[in-house]
Amino acid sequence: MASAISSIPAMAEPLLEATGLTVSFPTAAGGKVDVVKGISFAVGAERVALVGESGSGKTMTARALMGLVPPPGRASADRLRLDGADIRSLTPPGWNAIRGARIGLVLQDPRFALNPLHRVGRQIEEPLRLHSRLSRAERRERSLAMIAAVGLDNPREVHRLYPGELSGGMGQRVMIAIMLVCGPRLLIADEPTSALDHDLRDQILALLTGLVEKQQMGLLLISHDLQQVARFADRVLVMYRGRIVDERPAADLPYSTHPYTRTLWTCRPSPMTYGTRLPTLVRANLEAPP
Amino acid sequence: MTDATATPAGTAPSRRPTRRREVRLLGRLANWLVSLLIGLAGLLLVTFSFTHISSVDPVIRVVGDKASEATYQAARHQLGLDRPLPEQFVLYVGRILHADLGTSWSTGQPVASDLARAFPATFELATVAIVIGAVLGVGLGLIAGLWPGGWRDSVVRVISLLGYSVPIFWLGLLALLLFYARLHWFGGPGRQDVAYEFTTTRETGLLLLDTWLSGDASAFRDALSHIALPALVLGFYATAGISRLTRTAVLEELGKEYVVTARAKGASQARVVLTHIFPNVRATVITVIALSYAVLLEGAVFTETVFAWPGIGRYLTISMFAADVPAILGGTLLIGVCFIILNTLTDLIVGGLDPRLRP
Amino acid sequence: MSVTAAHEARRGGVLLLARRSPTAIIGATILIVILAVAALAPWLAPYDPIFQDVDIRLAPPGVAHWLGTDGFGRDILSRLIYGTRPTLLIISLVALIMAPLGTAIGIVAGYYGGLVERVLMRLTDMVMSFPRLILAFAFVAVLGPGLLNAALALALTSWPPYARQARVETQTMRRSDYLAGAEMLGIRGVRLLFGHVLPMALPSVVVRIALDLAGMVLIAAGLGFLGLGVRPPTAEWGTMVADGTAVIFDQWWVAASPGIAILIMSLSFNLLADGLRDLLDPRHG
Repeated sequence: MASAISSIPAMAEPLLEATGLTVSFPTAAGGKVDVVKGISFAVGAERVALVGESGSGKTMTARALMGLVPPPGRASADRLRLDGADIRSLTPPGWNAIRGARIGLVLQDPRFALNPLHRVGRQIEEPLRLHSRLSRAERRERSLAMIAAVGLDNPREVHRLYPGELSGGMGQRVMIAIMLVCGPRLLIADEPTSALDHDLRDQILALLTGLVEKQQMGLLLISHDLQQVARFADRVLVMYRGRIVDERPAADLPYSTHPYTRTLWTCRPSPMTYGTRLPTLVRANLEAPP
Repeated sequence: MTDATATPAGTAPSRRPTRRREVRLLGRLANWLVSLLIGLAGLLLVTFSFTHISSVDPVIRVVGDKASEATYQAARHQLGLDRPLPEQFVLYVGRILHADLGTSWSTGQPVASDLARAFPATFELATVAIVIGAVLGVGLGLIAGLWPGGWRDSVVRVISLLGYSVPIFWLGLLALLLFYARLHWFGGPGRQDVAYEFTTTRETGLLLLDTWLSGDASAFRDALSHIALPALVLGFYATAGISRLTRTAVLEELGKEYVVTARAKGASQARVVLTHIFPNVRATVITVIALSYAVLLEGAVFTETVFAWPGIGRYLTISMFAADVPAILGGTLLIGVCFIILNTLTDLIVGGLDPRLRP
Repeated sequence: MSVTAAHEARRGGVLLLARRSPTAIIGATILIVILAVAALAPWLAPYDPIFQDVDIRLAPPGVAHWLGTDGFGRDILSRLIYGTRPTLLIISLVALIMAPLGTAIGIVAGYYGGLVERVLMRLTDMVMSFPRLILAFAFVAVLGPGLLNAALALALTSWPPYARQARVETQTMRRSDYLAGAEMLGIRGVRLLFGHVLPMALPSVVVRIALDLAGMVLIAAGLGFLGLGVRPPTAEWGTMVADGTAVIFDQWWVAASPGIAILIMSLSFNLLADGLRDLLDPRHG
């Protein structure tokens, strides 16, 4: 765990730095349970992936970084810095100021993540209304440009649509447009392609990583799909049950010596594994002492 | 949804046929009309059967209990009570459709005209009450949504709980005692002070409107001070239900993903609740307001009795004390019809408002 | 309905229940106290509720009569205590009629489907759109005041929500493997309906009854207030409020205390219903 920070590529100042990030929820019996157990990591102007199975704590990590842990859950950290600023104890207005402007979050399913009663254009312009002093016309121009930038034809037509009239791929492009329109420094994408068809996934991810690179932003990609991650990320953090158990450059994934990572990587079904038994995980070996 | 068009995958909008939408709309309208007619028919059946289970014999009422057998039978025949029941029912419905609700046993007037005189008073009271109730109720529900789990939320819950548990007639009495008799903040029972009663010309029967139109400022103020207390009491009744439902609807929306997106954009809680959530709960809120209006018509029976408000509710109460069956059933029918229309109407409105329910 | 929540509750005992839903416990406690008062009325009441002592009529609350006396010189506290009985009786009768009636109709409709379901549901919708209160008034006014008439009128207009709920739950269960398994064992018809479908629908029925009874208390009291309830001189809270109306401006205590009693009883049912709903709702917390 201590090795996490030492293996980041050399750079002036990481965009995001977290030490001892913990998210805990109270239990019915009066105690509390930590779904994220004091993890530490950093993200620079690079593409970092956070992988793990369901329940590993990856989504809560994302929420904690946005200050959006749902009550009665609570997030805490020894150190949490975004672009050099301490965001550990921000007030609600403080959070509102940086969300959407300096840090963005793309959610999984645009069918649910977009307000069904607001038009696309209005939803893309909202961060501009909240964080900039642009006039209405300027906002419209920016949102139209953004719609085009995420690869959608007929920006004027799309601008007027309701989310219910969008296909899955379009919806996700709109989500990306919303979160990038103010030019944040860091983008968190929580399973951005899990709700899409397979042929769309690579396209959306390519779009995402392309935009992120052009803006020299940081990307924290949360996924359970190792292949995807291996292709699109620079560095991979593997989470299991609230802890980061492994960390390595994406190219190294197939050669990881960590038992969990190895099993995740080798148990993917493919034409080559046809007819053979897939390896299973002996979880007892993974139980780290608290 | 995969897009098999020539454009790059995931960039073209899906098209929707409009003709199917029109057919669905017509179908829904037809369905609603059927429900309405069935409801009204059922109500008529109920009131009709009530006339026949009454413990008071209508024939004796006409001829007295000392009449001879022949007179009794003749009167019975004249009243049409010796015909088969289904035939009587048809005649009954026919009379109702001609606005003939029988003659009141106590006033001797046609019930229909008694009700017509009393209706505006109830309408005015119920409408002012629902406005108060809706504004307060929705406001409280939104406040609970703005600070979920906080002390404001608890206060709203307590108010709602009390509203559901307090007997409205008792609340009215206490309000009268405190705000009229002791504090003299509002006018007392009745719609107006005796001084104004004969000087106001009743054009619409809605006193607030009539006094406003006549330009008599003091009469208007008087009417206002008299309607304020019963409307507040009745409105509070509606507030309980409306605030609870608004709160529940808002809290449910707060758990949804589009709220996370909105907050991730940097929207404040207030903006989230008012701009994002409220449009999504509008349909539910309007439904509950309409349904509350129907409930208010029932609650008006108590409020009017306590405040001596000359509306249908009071008419019903007086008729019940006098065992005036035609009057009781006439009033019941009127309120029942309003109730059924309101209830079935809300079903129709809900379907139309929500774009997600549209095909 | 959450089966796991119910299991947890049984395992953890009453204390766990209390922590998860203090409202349910408070509501239940108040209700138990009221039931105890009703049962022990003859021993709790300091005076005979219908004994009139005209010399001390309209006496304010004092040492001899803690809540004062009414217009006939009757002790209000004793009447309050005995007043628990008619109210409890009416609402019990109503619950005993409307819940089984409605649930049975709903289960039959949901299970058999087709024309049976359509007819029953139209009937349900129709009765549901009736003004419950007004019809109850009319029924009692026309038939004559009395406990049974009031209860009957209310029950006959209040069953539809139970039917709707039971039908939905039956339909859901109909497609489930749980019922298919029972049918394969040869359990059919009425036995299936009442032995297997009913227990699954029960928890939501209980919550709904609690909620309905809260309103019934108010309606029953309202009937009493309008003179359509139990016949005088029986002590009944609604009637007591009516008695106090004439003297509300000077001897306000005559109408005040029975109103508070009505409020407390209705509140207890509301709290119980809220609490039970929190417990049984899987989205709790």
